[in-house]
Amino acid sequence: MSDLFAARCQMALSLGFHILFAVAGMAMPLLMVIAEVLHLRTGKAVYYELARRWAKGTAILFAVGAVSGTVLSFELGLLWPTFMRHAGPLIGMPFSLEGFAFFLEGIFLGLYLYGWDRLSPKLHVLSGVVIALSGLLGGIFVVAVNSWMNTPAGFKAIRVPQADGTLGWQLVELDLWRAFFNPAFPTQAVHMALAAYTSVAFAVLGIHAWRLRQHPASEFHRAAVKVTFAVALVVTPLQALSGDFAAKHLAHAQPAKLAAAEALFETQTRAPLSIGGFVDSDSERLVGALEIPGLLSVLAKGSLDAEVIGLNDIPKEHRPPVNVVHLAFDLMVGCGSALLGWLGLAAFMSLRARSFAAFLQQDSKLARLLVRSAVWVAPLGLVATEAGWVVTEVGRQPWIIHGVMKTSEAVTPMPGLVVPLIAFGLLYAFLGVIVVILLKAHVFASDEKPKDAATKLADEATT
Amino acid sequence: MSPVLAAPWTLELVWYTLGAGLLAYVLTAGADFGAGLWDLLASGPRQKAQRAAIEHSIAPIWEANHVWLIFVIVVVFTVFPDAFATLCIAFHVPLLLVLLGIVMRGSAFVFRAYSLAPEASKSRWGHVFAWASIITPVFLGMTLGGMSSGLIRVENQVVTSGYFAGWTTPFAIAVGLFTLALFGLLAASYLCADGPRILQWDFRIRALAAEFVAGIFALFALWRVRIDAPLLWERMSELGLFWPAQIAAGVLALVVFASLLSEQFRLARIAAVLQVALVVVVWGWAMNGDLILNAANIHSSGARAETVEGVLPVLVVGFALCLPSLGYLFRVFKSASADYERQVLESLARSAAGLPKGRAQPEPATAESSAQPKRTL
Repeated sequence: MSDLFAARCQMALSLGFHILFAVAGMAMPLLMVIAEVLHLRTGKAVYYELARRWAKGTAILFAVGAVSGTVLSFELGLLWPTFMRHAGPLIGMPFSLEGFAFFLEGIFLGLYLYGWDRLSPKLHVLSGVVIALSGLLGGIFVVAVNSWMNTPAGFKAIRVPQADGTLGWQLVELDLWRAFFNPAFPTQAVHMALAAYTSVAFAVLGIHAWRLRQHPASEFHRAAVKVTFAVALVVTPLQALSGDFAAKHLAHAQPAKLAAAEALFETQTRAPLSIGGFVDSDSERLVGALEIPGLLSVLAKGSLDAEVIGLNDIPKEHRPPVNVVHLAFDLMVGCGSALLGWLGLAAFMSLRARSFAAFLQQDSKLARLLVRSAVWVAPLGLVATEAGWVVTEVGRQPWIIHGVMKTSEAVTPMPGLVVPLIAFGLLYAFLGVIVVILLKAHVFASDEKPKDAATKLADEATT
Repeated sequence: MSPVLAAPWTLELVWYTLGAGLLAYVLTAGADFGAGLWDLLASGPRQKAQRAAIEHSIAPIWEANHVWLIFVIVVVFTVFPDAFATLCIAFHVPLLLVLLGIVMRGSAFVFRAYSLAPEASKSRWGHVFAWASIITPVFLGMTLGGMSSGLIRVENQVVTSGYFAGWTTPFAIAVGLFTLALFGLLAASYLCADGPRILQWDFRIRALAAEFVAGIFALFALWRVRIDAPLLWERMSELGLFWPAQIAAGVLALVVFASLLSEQFRLARIAAVLQVALVVVVWGWAMNGDLILNAANIHSSGARAETVEGVLPVLVVGFALCLPSLGYLFRVFKSASADYERQVLESLARSAAGLPKGRAQPEPATAESSAQPKRTL
């Protein structure tokens, strides 16, 4: 394994691990605040219990997210020192902003988690709101950095001779705010924020729907399912819409990425949307794909006769690995569509049953199947998030700063990078397993005595 | 067309801001690491109570304290990108070990706090937390020692001194252990001043031991600095820093000893904080604008005018939001220490009387149980 590949794998691993906790850090506080607000509004103990349970989950996931995020901020330099040398002055601004957002999130999480009895209910819920907002902002600030790598802006790149005789880059005439609000920023930030809410809402929905099947009388799980379903109902359609904007952005700003995502080689009008299939690297053809004629032109450019750029118009050395990007793209869109389909069906059934609660209690075959399958669609949002990151990151290759600096130019001279890759791989696999076991234990613990949750809470409050 | 370099005074301002950030990290997160040391070394009849007090004191604040490190690193790579690149190459290995330590420590802490498993498996996480708390500051200190060793060579932005220069010398190792001892001193003195009164004697002896051990490592480092980091030694002598710093540190150490022995715990805490602050300030003074001694200076690390002008307002606004919030966090959990004190006393009385463990046992059973002690700077 080359050191460059090991470095890329380590970055992918770190990002892929962290993103799961980052989306939780963005979206769990929202769920927790909604539950607490419902408790304050309705006075129902079940929402209080829900807020406390979700707060526990948030605490666990946030801590792992905080430390794995620290790893990433160091790894930027440990793995890509040349990138940081040039990009640091530009992307440092969003990173500083993110630092402060993270600071606020950490402070108010401390207040929220340990202040149930120390803060007034209003102040407590307000801390929750600050956590949710700073989590969202923090995510958006980090995405600003990533979108800058995709569509770099706010500088001029000049070639300067280096000491060893080769030409190196220098970025001059820096404009930090233009770098921040780079062309890809709006679509990518919205898409990521909605991805966080969608994937977490479905993950939590699935868990509680599964427990509800085991404990059909549980008010607790019923309330949880209701809240997460409502959130999913709002964010999932918006996410589909933002995905459409993102694709349209790619079509004009990052054509190589879109071409790879769709495995499109010939530049053409009435370009087909290809689902599945595999690119044979010799013939450069997509085989075994389901093609829908003209749909890509419509989706990417809004017109059947619009031209979509294919990979043949991109120099070979500037093309991303097609199969990985195409597969990841299909996986992302496929998962998203499945979520949307499930949601649509559930919403339709709820409408027919007059309410979501009534739908949950329905005895029809379809209703039961739908509730049952909730546990299967639960991880799809997270899968889509991971796949989306593969699309945007692998789809940018061979560039680390699109059109300016190649990933191979940015890598550290440090040899033996396979060692930290293995170390972090084992550590993260281990931590992942532990987190799952721990969360599962907490979910089960919530079923212990579903009926006297109130007494348990009173008990807890007195200790 | 060439890069617009930042005005020297703005860079000095950033340098002092970095110093303040590092100091804040050391005084807050450093004590959290030190608390891990005392978790590992918890012993005697009040072993459980010690661990519980440690957990209660750091649980609500450690994540916020940790952010100071992120702040420092982000400012370095934003304003001094060349220095950051060099730092990440020359100190790749110890920084990676610091990161592994940070991940293990944070995860183990939260796993223990939120574990529903029996005591035995909880204490396993406690051990991971404690060991990671010890190893991380040692490697952090070794990195800082390496940064000030003057042994890092950079030619045309290429590090030529290899991946083990500077941080593997006896001097750097002594600095690493010194860092750990200071962190231990901070933690023990905070716990003396703010922790349950019943544990004051336990943490007093620990603070005394930490001060003593820190002194030994400091003397060892001062002996080795002439051999392993001659440039740093020269700098300190040139600036006339050596003897004044020595005398000030000696006086503060005596104040720490005396105030601990006479049970003036608030004074002991202030003296310990001042002592650690002195170390950081003198170190920064000797570095004199070098992020890596003789290899990366603030005035030659690629700082851009546009960046500094853009980031300084962000820092001002950011701190205006964060510092009052942080103060509020500390204040809220300060008021909790009296409740917690009572709980500890009750549970100790109960266990002394051989009664079964009640729910009021000060164990980390429910991580967000109502009462939390708090420590301040």
